[in-house]
Amino acid sequence: MMRLVATLLVLIGLSTGAAMAESTYPDIPKAVGAPHPEGNDYMRINHMRLMRHDRDLTVHEGDRSIKYSIKECVACHAVMGPDALPISVQEDGHFCRACHEYAAVKIDCFQCHNSKPEDGFIDLLKQTPPATDDEIQAYLDGMSQ
Amino acid sequence: MKLPALNNKSERPAELNRREFFKSGAAVASVTLAPGVTLMAFGGEASANADPGKRWGMLIDVNKCSADCNACVTACSEENGWKLDGNPETDPQWIRKIDLKHKETGREASLPMMCQHCEEPPCVDVCPTGASFKRVDGIVLVDKHICIGCRYCMMACPFKARSFVHEAVEDQKSNAPRGKGTVESCTLCVHRVDKGGTPACVESCSATGNGAMMFGDLNDPNSEIAQALKNYPSMGLRDDLRVNPGIRYTNL
Amino acid sequence: MDRTVYREVKPTPAIWLMAAIAAAFVGAAGLAVLYIEHHGHIVTGMNNQIVWGLPHVFAIFLIVAASGALNVASIASVFGKIENKPMARYSGLLSIALLAGGLAVLVLDLGRPDRLIVAMTTYNFTSIFAWNVILYNGFFAVVGAYLFVQMARNISPKVVRSVGTAAFVWRLALTTGTGSIFGWLVARPGYDAAIMAPLFIIMSFSFGLAFFILVLGTTFPMTGRYIGPNLVKRLGRLLGVFAVAVLYFTAIRHLTNLYAAEHADFEYFILFSGSIYTKLFWIGQVLIGGVIPAAMLLRHAENTTKGQVILASVLIIIGGFAHLYGIIIGGQAFPLEIFPMYEVTSTFADGQINSYTPTIYEWALGMGGVALAVMIAGMGVVALRILPMNLSDRNIDPTEPDF
Repeated sequence: MMRLVATLLVLIGLSTGAAMAESTYPDIPKAVGAPHPEGNDYMRINHMRLMRHDRDLTVHEGDRSIKYSIKECVACHAVMGPDALPISVQEDGHFCRACHEYAAVKIDCFQCHNSKPEDGFIDLLKQTPPATDDEIQAYLDGMSQ
Repeated sequence: MKLPALNNKSERPAELNRREFFKSGAAVASVTLAPGVTLMAFGGEASANADPGKRWGMLIDVNKCSADCNACVTACSEENGWKLDGNPETDPQWIRKIDLKHKETGREASLPMMCQHCEEPPCVDVCPTGASFKRVDGIVLVDKHICIGCRYCMMACPFKARSFVHEAVEDQKSNAPRGKGTVESCTLCVHRVDKGGTPACVESCSATGNGAMMFGDLNDPNSEIAQALKNYPSMGLRDDLRVNPGIRYTNL
Repeated sequence: MDRTVYREVKPTPAIWLMAAIAAAFVGAAGLAVLYIEHHGHIVTGMNNQIVWGLPHVFAIFLIVAASGALNVASIASVFGKIENKPMARYSGLLSIALLAGGLAVLVLDLGRPDRLIVAMTTYNFTSIFAWNVILYNGFFAVVGAYLFVQMARNISPKVVRSVGTAAFVWRLALTTGTGSIFGWLVARPGYDAAIMAPLFIIMSFSFGLAFFILVLGTTFPMTGRYIGPNLVKRLGRLLGVFAVAVLYFTAIRHLTNLYAAEHADFEYFILFSGSIYTKLFWIGQVLIGGVIPAAMLLRHAENTTKGQVILASVLIIIGGFAHLYGIIIGGQAFPLEIFPMYEVTSTFADGQINSYTPTIYEWALGMGGVALAVMIAGMGVVALRILPMNLSDRNIDPTEPDF
């Protein structure tokens, strides 16, 4: 009898939790470029570790061709404001804030790094089209080989 | 592993995959995508890591520097995103013009002064976390990811090269991240140098026609700067401290 | 000698009041830190010329006093002077309290205090600062162990002696490290000197003992416990000797500097120019902090009263503050001599004497550190059996006549 009650309670709790979570789950703005080959879940968990590793390569060894450069993250994940200019992390709706506020993890990067891409990038963002599905698939196929 | 669909320019002559575009900077080049290999491509030479065989330095001719010219300071501040805001005591200054007058002879001179990129930097010795460090190619930098803002390097620098960021910064240049609570100084435009360029101050000085600043590889015997240093007298500031600066001055 | 009885202090209303005042100061310091961290150091008086300001003066003062406060215990455990034994526990507690107060100020003034973990895990061992992080943290551990072996039952005196010696050696290393923060800076004429480390050691003897006497002289009457006048006299004599020693090291430091033409301008600035540092030196450091207390303590030493010793301690503390202000701020006020023989001007304060006006936030932070030390010492004596019930002369040395 108690086990039944317990199961019922758990189910109620889960569904409530799920319902609540669904309604508070962050509205993550779409990025403008091709999706990460590693997959979104991987990036969500590991982006800091990857950036931390690569930043040392840049700062200490001068390697400017690193894969996980915050400059590119910011450019690809730029969110346009009402004036068609990218918004900074100070404003709601910035890509990084969407998840970081949900997870309550303070972002330290933008004390020093610009949270908006530089001027030159914006026009180029507008000119270049996003990758097609075929291109993405070909890339992923290539990755797996 | 080459993926023709993405790279074949004949299929998409005027368009670019957006991601490729970012990495290529100004010039477009074909890009090879392979697992673990970056997407970066550069118009000119491939991105270079810091080369231990090189030692970057500058030679500044004090006679050619004019007292009312501030081109180097302006260029540096625009390139790196700092500015003089009317609070000279707390404003950062990566480079400054110094006006000199000899106490005995009365000779007047003017010269730009920035981080001297010493071979034995006192700032590197004293940094408790190792944030102040010297790259293998001689450029002395602050790794602002681990700078705790203790300002000991500012106490230690014989040239007052370092500034502390006293207030929050916005709209940083993406090539020169800088933020409140950390220490900063001239980076010898390392973001330019790593791509084969020259520091902004040197470039602007040439553009004015004064040509007082020369930049190059001190270790390369055939470089213009090495030849100039070999054939003409020059000095490092506070040579008595034996820190062996990479910035040398002639006609001082 | 009677067996010394240590007992916790009963918190009287007077003690609660003291705790409340100290807590208020600590709270004010906390608010100041939040304000500075949020707005940046622009709200303080520190700038690119005066890089380390009033908080650092307070912090270094507390750290130096902390290592000196341990002296009283060391004299008992290491040098075998058994008359100091009853005070050894309080000496250890006070040194921990002062160090905690000083470190709190130092750490909270960092540009990025949120990166303290980085400072404690990433070390550049060519930096004496990095060594100091280890020395300061280790001090807590070593003195903690020293307190433990003194207070625990059935620990042989040999163990107490070894741990006490370890604490003594550690504290000498710590003070040497603190002095070397300045002594190993080649860039500035006010610092680059081998004598800095020994100067700081002797300052620690003087300030630490002054603090100890002051705190002892106030907490004992407050808690209704008796101190014998001979004990006070003896400590007073020792303090007088230390004050003279500090004067001696100061004299050597400045005489040596004066002899070198390259340092002449700096020495003139500090000693003769009439700047604030000149006044702090002669009136604060030499007169109030050195000559007057030394005269009070050493002339007719057999007649010194408790009151005079406590007053002398206060004067030495004031003078010590002036001394450290002169070293830390004075050394930065004088411009770097990058172009000897040239007059220099620039937009970055080259060639000019730099001025410094501390703001209320820096005062709040500094005084919060002192208050934190008071609170920790207070909590220690209330919670633990640190203070002896009785420091009468008869109790310490049975051959002494009874007063």
